[in-house]
Amino acid sequence: MAGLEFVLAEGAGNLLPARTQMALSLGWHIVFACFGIAFPAIVVFTEWRGHRRGDEALTRLAHTWAKAMGVLFAAGAVSGTLLSFEMGILWPGLMARFGEVFGFPFVLEGFAFFVEAIFVGVYLFGWNRLSPRAHMLSALPMVVAGIAGAFFVVSANAWMNNPTGFRLDERGDVVDARPWAAMFGPSTWPQFVHMWLAAFMVTGFLVASVYAIGMLRGRRDRYHRLGLLVPLTVAAIAAPVQVGVGDWIANTVADNQPAKLAAMEAQYETTAGAGLSFGGIYRDDALHYALEIPYGLSLLIHHDPSGVVPGLAEVPADQRPPVNVVHLSYNAMVGLGTGLLLLALWFGLVWWRRRRLPRTDWFLRAVAVSGVAAVVAMEAGWVTTEVGRQPWIVYGLLRTADAVSPAPGLGWGLVAVLAVYTVLTVFTVIVLRRLARGRDTRAPQELEEAR
Amino acid sequence: MTLAEAVLGAAFVGLVAYALFGGADFGGGVWDLLAGGTERGRRVRDRVERSIGPVWEANHVWLIFVLVVLWTGFPRAFAAAVTTLYVPLTLAAFGIIARGAAFAYRKSVDTPGMRRFFGAAFALSSLLTPFFLGAVVGGAASGRVHRDVGGGDVVGSWVNPTSALGGTLAVLACAYLAAVFLCGDARRDGEDDLAEAFRRRALLTAAATGAVGLAGIAVLHADAPLLFTGLTGRGLPVVLLSAVAGSVALVLLWTRRYTAARIASAVAVSAILVGWAVGQYPYVLLPELTVEQAAAGRPTLLALLVALCAGALVLGPALTYLYVLFQRPATARERSGV
Repeated sequence: MAGLEFVLAEGAGNLLPARTQMALSLGWHIVFACFGIAFPAIVVFTEWRGHRRGDEALTRLAHTWAKAMGVLFAAGAVSGTLLSFEMGILWPGLMARFGEVFGFPFVLEGFAFFVEAIFVGVYLFGWNRLSPRAHMLSALPMVVAGIAGAFFVVSANAWMNNPTGFRLDERGDVVDARPWAAMFGPSTWPQFVHMWLAAFMVTGFLVASVYAIGMLRGRRDRYHRLGLLVPLTVAAIAAPVQVGVGDWIANTVADNQPAKLAAMEAQYETTAGAGLSFGGIYRDDALHYALEIPYGLSLLIHHDPSGVVPGLAEVPADQRPPVNVVHLSYNAMVGLGTGLLLLALWFGLVWWRRRRLPRTDWFLRAVAVSGVAAVVAMEAGWVTTEVGRQPWIVYGLLRTADAVSPAPGLGWGLVAVLAVYTVLTVFTVIVLRRLARGRDTRAPQELEEAR
Repeated sequence: MTLAEAVLGAAFVGLVAYALFGGADFGGGVWDLLAGGTERGRRVRDRVERSIGPVWEANHVWLIFVLVVLWTGFPRAFAAAVTTLYVPLTLAAFGIIARGAAFAYRKSVDTPGMRRFFGAAFALSSLLTPFFLGAVVGGAASGRVHRDVGGGDVVGSWVNPTSALGGTLAVLACAYLAAVFLCGDARRDGEDDLAEAFRRRALLTAAATGAVGLAGIAVLHADAPLLFTGLTGRGLPVVLLSAVAGSVALVLLWTRRYTAARIASAVAVSAILVGWAVGQYPYVLLPELTVEQAAAGRPTLLALLVALCAGALVLGPALTYLYVLFQRPATARERSGV
């Protein structure tokens, strides 16, 4: 083990490029993964309502969304493939030492992804090959597999935050790995539920924002109204629940990763009755220019205004995460999440009292930006948890610098990934815009008809 | 059979499945690439697109399956192999990205320029990706991956005669499988002239694959003596089986028995891979790391085996359903576009 760590330490120059490449690949993939988790349920619900009520507009929406789903699922699948390569290519120290403990959920995710890929094929290409009933049923395995896959992947990440399910011998080698137990550490459930709801928020707000823009441009027919209403309802249901889950996960972090929580709040001194800080710059062990809600943090964590919250001072200096990045991205997530919650409440209230959308264009403008806001909030959340775990890749056990590959030339990999993802992003946007704009493109299912 | 061998065997079955299904998929792209100008190649491209459209995503999950089983069951060997071979692996991953994205996006654009661009990206990456994956196998099979992370040569491990052979054979095998599979698809849908065209292609690539395979014997003799010894020793019956199955497939193609030709071709390609495995046994990484040394602890292997069995119960019927559904001739309802 010592020999391995010595070799790996030589790769320290690879640390920054490897972290950047991983962040870029994950940050890109996660947006499409959200659609893989949430979109099938929304699309098949819409198809079902359209079918039951003979509602032409809903059926057309389901058709259009299925086309988009084909594009989004492909983007998610190929970017996920790159990630499965990168786990080993960039982080051999993690895989070699702990692969047998936390690799297991990825195997289960492999099966989930298999099922999802199979039924995406059946669903997209089976519109005319299957009866409507069989077609809608074929979406169910896709929905279940999407959720299961998210659970498995998040459980692996949760393990990195709170490694459980094994013992280390005196040399630091893993013995008695218990892969099932490793999947159910303290962070798994809160992290999974948080991500699952986030997927519905990202998907719901993003799809709704497309139709909000269309309505702002004057296309206010039933098709566009429903295109906004269905996904926005989904997101609006998820948003308030997410607040409660956010509280749950913050408490989990406080219990298990005090350094991360202290960095999220940029809190140096261990304090009783700690305030909740917004914004500011952390310098010289103190937060400057921040807004502070007195007792806020203690209330949040302990539900008691005089509760004691440990600060960064408790952690040796070389084990503290970069505070500003963690604090500000955490603030960004909370701030944007709050904005989305207010939008959801506005929509919910008007719908409850009047059974219609708010009439002002400001509502449509808010929905139009809500999609991007949800994506940024989710990315900020991932930055919070991932950067907040630094300098550890496996919390308290393995430093990221000791896990990185020593292979020469790894920096060029980052340049290449950057180039590939730039091109991929441009084309994904072009294709999705075309799908959103016109109804003149052929769907996969229509290609079959064209024979 | 030990627990570790069972898990490695499962990963190997995944690899064979990837070679057959993913391989045919890649090969479809190769024929798209070689189909000629827009007008002349339209029908071939259309046939390829219809055949792989519903199944390509599932076909490629096999690769992910192999990776995740290896990194859980054989973490150290996996880490050593992928860090040494990271260049061709990254290039293969880029190929998979370009290919999948271009294939899916092509359907959603209508301007000829964009369609042609995505088509070209799809076709070209269909050729390059199997080449790099074949080069990876060549590097590992010729014992160029050191058992320790950081111990291997990141260039020489894939720029070498055996990797070049592996890459070339992979591309040829993909093209061959695709041509054989497409013969049956074309005839089923009443496109007899296309079936004939793919039959010609299949016979040609079979000849090319056979020739490269024979020349490869000399390459392996010079460049990968351990692999050569394995293939001509313990692996010989399997290698011979591959040759026999390949010859039978040729006869079946010649006599236009396409369904049987599919099976014989699949056996021929699988047997090459099995020959490699048999020849290399009991080593995971030549020349010295054995299956037992590389394996994870018993509880992990056990959990893997349970998950693999349970997963197979789900996967088997689902995959069967997918292939049966889209191998059925199109219904009258579909053809009329109702």
